[in-house]
Amino acid sequence: MNGNGKLRMIIGRLGQSIPSVIGIIIVTFVLTRALPGDPAVYFAGPAATPESIQQIRESLGLDKSWPEQFLLYVRDLATGDLGVSISTGFPVAEELLRRLPASLELTLLALIFSISVALPLGIAAATRPNTWVDQLCRLIVTAGVSLPVFFTGLFMVYIFYYLLGIAPSPLGRLDIIYLSPPQVTGFYTIDALLDGDLELFGAALAQLIMPAVTLGTFTLAPLARMTRGAMLQVLSSDFIRTARASGLKRSTVLYTYAFRNALLPILTTLGMVFSFMLGSNVLVEKVFAWPGIGSFAIEALIVSDYVAVQGFVLAMALLYVALNLTIDILYTLVDPRVGLDS
Amino acid sequence: MRRRDFIKTVGVAVGASAIPFLRHLPAHAAGRGDTLVVVTGNGPNSMDIQRKGTNRPAYQIAVNLYDRLVGYGTKTLEDGTMMYDYQKLEPEVAESWEVAADGMSISFKIRDGATFWDGSPITAQDVKWSFDRAVSLGGFPTVQMKAGSLEKPEQFEAVDDKTFVIKLLRKSKLTLPDLGVPVPIIFNSKVAKANATADDPWATEFLHRTPAGGGAFMLERWEPGQQTVYTRYDDWKNGDLPGVKRVIIREIPSASTRRALLERGDADVSLDLPPKDFAELQKSGKFTINAAPIENSLAAIGLNLTFEPFKNKLVRQAIAYSVPYDQIFKQAAFERGIPMWGGKSFTPATIEWPQPFPYDTDYDKAKSLLQEAGYADGFDVPLSFNLGLAQWSEPMCLLLQESLAKVGIKATIDKIPGANWRTAALVEKKLPMHVKNFGGWLNYPDYYSFWVYQKDRLFNSMNYHNEEVEKLTDLTLHLEVDDPQYEPNIKKLLTIFFDEVPLIPIYQPYLDVATQKSVTGYEYYFHRQLDCRSFKKATA
Repeated sequence: MNGNGKLRMIIGRLGQSIPSVIGIIIVTFVLTRALPGDPAVYFAGPAATPESIQQIRESLGLDKSWPEQFLLYVRDLATGDLGVSISTGFPVAEELLRRLPASLELTLLALIFSISVALPLGIAAATRPNTWVDQLCRLIVTAGVSLPVFFTGLFMVYIFYYLLGIAPSPLGRLDIIYLSPPQVTGFYTIDALLDGDLELFGAALAQLIMPAVTLGTFTLAPLARMTRGAMLQVLSSDFIRTARASGLKRSTVLYTYAFRNALLPILTTLGMVFSFMLGSNVLVEKVFAWPGIGSFAIEALIVSDYVAVQGFVLAMALLYVALNLTIDILYTLVDPRVGLDS
Repeated sequence: MRRRDFIKTVGVAVGASAIPFLRHLPAHAAGRGDTLVVVTGNGPNSMDIQRKGTNRPAYQIAVNLYDRLVGYGTKTLEDGTMMYDYQKLEPEVAESWEVAADGMSISFKIRDGATFWDGSPITAQDVKWSFDRAVSLGGFPTVQMKAGSLEKPEQFEAVDDKTFVIKLLRKSKLTLPDLGVPVPIIFNSKVAKANATADDPWATEFLHRTPAGGGAFMLERWEPGQQTVYTRYDDWKNGDLPGVKRVIIREIPSASTRRALLERGDADVSLDLPPKDFAELQKSGKFTINAAPIENSLAAIGLNLTFEPFKNKLVRQAIAYSVPYDQIFKQAAFERGIPMWGGKSFTPATIEWPQPFPYDTDYDKAKSLLQEAGYADGFDVPLSFNLGLAQWSEPMCLLLQESLAKVGIKATIDKIPGANWRTAALVEKKLPMHVKNFGGWLNYPDYYSFWVYQKDRLFNSMNYHNEEVEKLTDLTLHLEVDDPQYEPNIKKLLTIFFDEVPLIPIYQPYLDVATQKSVTGYEYYFHRQLDCRSFKKATA
């Protein structure tokens, strides 16, 4: 594949995502306004009078008609303005930039943990089907998926922090004695390294371990099962038999021939798992006081802060578009048969 | 990147990602003698209490980072819990004050040598600007100021740098106490004005993010959703210098985690735990549980008079006789409160408020009242509660549902999410039977009546209307407590509350705060936020 073709594919894919982004903008706008609950009443505070509620309604622009509100919203979006969150009083873009890196850092680490456990486990189970290794894989995977994340989280806090005292206090991204590193990427571990502060790096990483393992445990199942399934299928195909018959080394057969061909479905699952983890780790965030994007969205939803909800949904939508694009590009790298137009 | 290279890279990445999961981490030593660590469920969403949409946890910013003209004294309860004394006002920015002979104005003398954080002196002009702001912004601050008859800028005058005068619209016992609530804080008006714009003359954008005042603590760091850190302002002159140099307030959404942090010694103060946790922590004896009854606050059942059966007083009384008070108090509230049932008589002996209502669980009486009212076969009614308060409201409603069934009333439980609650319960006032937990800042029965029993008030979710109550409330609201008119009229008012029961109180809840034994100086305030100024921490 030449560079030109790849570029064309990227542009093509981006073009295809435009209608869905427009659709998302319209749907979130309508849905947030269709929610029960009146933001003006909520934000008028504990001692509101009808006049003060009306004042707030006007200042939020809620007295205008829906089409009028929508036009204003789109106009702001065009200039990159996501609006100001009513509940926090900060621009939504600023909130997202502050919270998204926290979620991404946690999710990526959880994914790395998940991959490094699930892939070897899946491969081992596939090469020795129906042995104790396979059963162990099944057990771990079932346990991981059937224990709710808040339970795993609280359980880990109880054992490793409360009883054994070997884990750091679950106080969020950094323990009390540390201050956050100067912001470059928003990932505390990376920013600490860029700042050359190894102690801070260690502290940030330590805070990440329990929530990442909690989150990763839940996603072990789809990855390990997919790896096992894909590997089993590939291992029983003709070219593997040929390779084995030709006397190739076992590891060469397994990794160079089989695993490479099994990667495609695994990659697909990985993409799905990643997007799932990013949006749905609210419970993990709550247990570990992680200032992530999930709890921000939930809180905004609870108080009918529609500006923040719109911003969140839009940001996630754009993130998914980017993620799908990345996965598509990875496909072409893994398997040359995946053509430009498929 | 070529395909082959890519696959190699993936292989390396997977191999290298083995993270040292078994690394040992020492528990942090608690040697933070001058730092107070507080864990709470929710943090502030603004640095400005007067902004629209500012949440309750943000009131602590007004309390700790800003000064008012006056503050409240302190009293100690029987169990040793300290609480503010609403009958005793103490100087803060105002060194002294004097009510004019005709009672229609109050003159405050600004403390000599009191400065803002930037070193500039606190002047009467700053106070005037701040008060003008509070009555002009609209919304919550303006309504709260109005409760103290502080309504328009013309009432405030800076006579000279050190003399500030409030002209009163009417004589009211609420005016001076209202100056001690978190709202009328004193801003550094020079800094604020420098950051005001034509569109934003009161610098709401600036003060939302950046406090500008002269309170006992300064803001060191604010990471919304994560933590707020205060450092002591060492040149503070408006009271005793705080006992701790630094306060770290961390937001920990999970109550279980908050409890674990306290038990492990990583937090000094833990707030907002469920009643069950407080009951257990108290039993363990390892921590100090400060339990102060929340003044002027009732956990209660509201009966909406737009609902046909509830129009009849006998039906309301029948419901009041079918509430399983004792069970609710033990199983839903874990006894974290003061019982508000089982009063002796339908005529109040004192004007104490809140005081137990003269009802108790008596199904026979309830049945005969229902029969008399023509509802011998009972009726169906939805019973609503705010999901945000489910911890105690839900068991309360379940127990009530069970009891109501015994007198033939079929209640269906209706859970309402927090965001809709205000609209449904308080604005549209459309919930027939619902859980209430209103608490008034100023501790008087007439003030409670003003918010809850008077017609069309926001917290009158019962749609209750009684001309006599209107009259008595208006009459007593501004009267001094020692006025001869006050006591007899309040007694009349309470007699009506008892007899008509649009609101059935169950208990007066506690505000529980758990601290380490080494931490002293917690003081209960009506605003339910921590006043960090009085805390002390013993160094081990």
